[in-house]
Amino acid sequence: MRSFVALLALGCVAALPASAQQLVKERLPTCLACHGENGQSQLEGVPSLGAQQAFYVTVQLLMFREKMRIADPMNDMAKDLTDTDLQGFAEIISQLPAPKPAAGPVDDARMARAQVLVQQNRCNFCHTPNFAGQQNVPRIAAQREDYLVKALRGYKDNSRHGYDASMADVIAPITDEQILDLAYYIARVK
Amino acid sequence: MIRRVPRGKLLAATLALLATTALAQQQQEAPAQAPAPAATPAPAPAAPAAAALPPGSPLIGRPDNNPAAAKLAPVPAPPLATAENKLPLDKLKAPKGFNIEVYASGMPNARSMALDEKGTVFVGSRLQDKVYAITNKDGKRQVHVLVSGLYRPNGVAYKNGTLYIAELSQISKIDNVEDQIDKSPKPVVIYKDLPKDEAHGWKFLAIGPDNKLYFEVGQPGNNVLHDENHGQLRRMNLDGTGAEKIAFGIRNTVGFDWNPKTHELYFTDNGRDWLSEDLPNDELNRITKLGQDFGAPYCYQGNVADPEFGWGHSCSEFVPPVALMGPHAAALGMRFYTGTMFPSEYRDQIFVARHGSWNKSKKFGGDIALVKLNKDGSVKSVEPFITGFLQPDNNYVGRPVDVMNMPDGSMLISDDWNGAIWRLTYGPNKKVAGR
Repeated sequence: MRSFVALLALGCVAALPASAQQLVKERLPTCLACHGENGQSQLEGVPSLGAQQAFYVTVQLLMFREKMRIADPMNDMAKDLTDTDLQGFAEIISQLPAPKPAAGPVDDARMARAQVLVQQNRCNFCHTPNFAGQQNVPRIAAQREDYLVKALRGYKDNSRHGYDASMADVIAPITDEQILDLAYYIARVK
Repeated sequence: MIRRVPRGKLLAATLALLATTALAQQQQEAPAQAPAPAATPAPAPAAPAAAALPPGSPLIGRPDNNPAAAKLAPVPAPPLATAENKLPLDKLKAPKGFNIEVYASGMPNARSMALDEKGTVFVGSRLQDKVYAITNKDGKRQVHVLVSGLYRPNGVAYKNGTLYIAELSQISKIDNVEDQIDKSPKPVVIYKDLPKDEAHGWKFLAIGPDNKLYFEVGQPGNNVLHDENHGQLRRMNLDGTGAEKIAFGIRNTVGFDWNPKTHELYFTDNGRDWLSEDLPNDELNRITKLGQDFGAPYCYQGNVADPEFGWGHSCSEFVPPVALMGPHAAALGMRFYTGTMFPSEYRDQIFVARHGSWNKSKKFGGDIALVKLNKDGSVKSVEPFITGFLQPDNNYVGRPVDVMNMPDGSMLISDDWNGAIWRLTYGPNKKVAGR
């Protein structure tokens, strides 16, 4: 996997200036040490980044850099990045393999309940029917369940501001119980 | 039955009550009209009729199962400013004799503008947390971050040494701002009696000839029966006291200015989404007396009764617009041209930044429109003036937000897509001076 990452780093950021290429190459192993080497995070509370939308990653890194989104240690990690660096990381992260749905037995009743919630709240409108996201709307498919809960709760209690207001509006009528069901479903749905 | 002639708290409360009562009646009546079939086992949980989206979502009103509609969503602006050497200067087109150049760049999501006596331009932002200041010393322009950590600081206004900033739900000021440009001044809040809705919660801010601060509170969603604290224009003293509501039935205005001759306030207003590809048009309105109602959400563009809320109303109850600005055009910032650099036919005419549509398959707007007026202040014509922000391939390369007169008679145009300010001049000119 190391060699894959190294290859990726060299190949896909070739359009960037040499200094940015060098930085992305040097720093990427640090990113993946927490976020997981094959696009799949193994650490609680840390999101999987594989196949994430490059636009969305750029926005999040920008928000970390500008302290518009507070999340230790990301604000420190991003503080010295240039605009070109942000784009370099976004590009390479978007090319990591997509994470795989959570394994293990599935509670079918709970999945059915959550599917209704997805329809009701039209999560699939912006995040697209397979939850791969688009542009500024993130891929959420097969994201870590605990991270999905954390993100949704953050939008709900306004401790996490979106770059735009979409999630603040959408989350308003959703209860904490429903958040748990939604996260369970999105982490597992195939 | 419901007349909307007088208005105020009582009426709004009555309307809200009527709406609630009607809803409750529907809910009570529904089961009686649809008895459950007898002796059928309880079905597995099926998706019920789609629940109402929260009021702020731009997806409200989107028709289901329509592939063309499903492709439409607000167009996300690039989060990073375009590098100066990549700005689409050569794609912008101005009428003969006019020149466009780059005034300043590197201000992500640059939105509304204000100017002080020293020529410093203040620029708000909606999606970033910053207000920028562009200083101009001996012809050398420099971009500074004046304040960070604000929440959707879209509106800026300046008067007598003080900069006023409108965030999503509060208005603040920085005294002696010119002395503090690199000192990270802390704005002092002067007014916060405002709703906290995200939808149409960002504000335009301007100071009128009466020396009062004017700002809007938009409708908290695409098309909603708003309460008495939304859908309106307010004004207040420069210290934040004496706030009053002065105009109603406004869905979302993000630009207004006063006619230099009549001192009447003109404002743009964005029409609702999802009514159709071609309706409604955005409005240009004129306030001729305090307390006028411009129709939203009952009537749009002066002659289209809203299919949901228009029942029981007539568009004749409301003040019609003085001009239609195009379907879903997002007519935002507007100013009367008061300079002398442009030919005299442009003096006291209105320039309007049309940000451009998202809720339309073939996009419309993405230009600076010129609105020519008759002597009585009515509108003679609306025509595109600076074009090219929207390209023939239906994609934006820039999106204008605000326009502003400069002391030398040139005009600045802010562009939140590129995070840049353009400068429009007239006359024989060294071409593309900024580059």
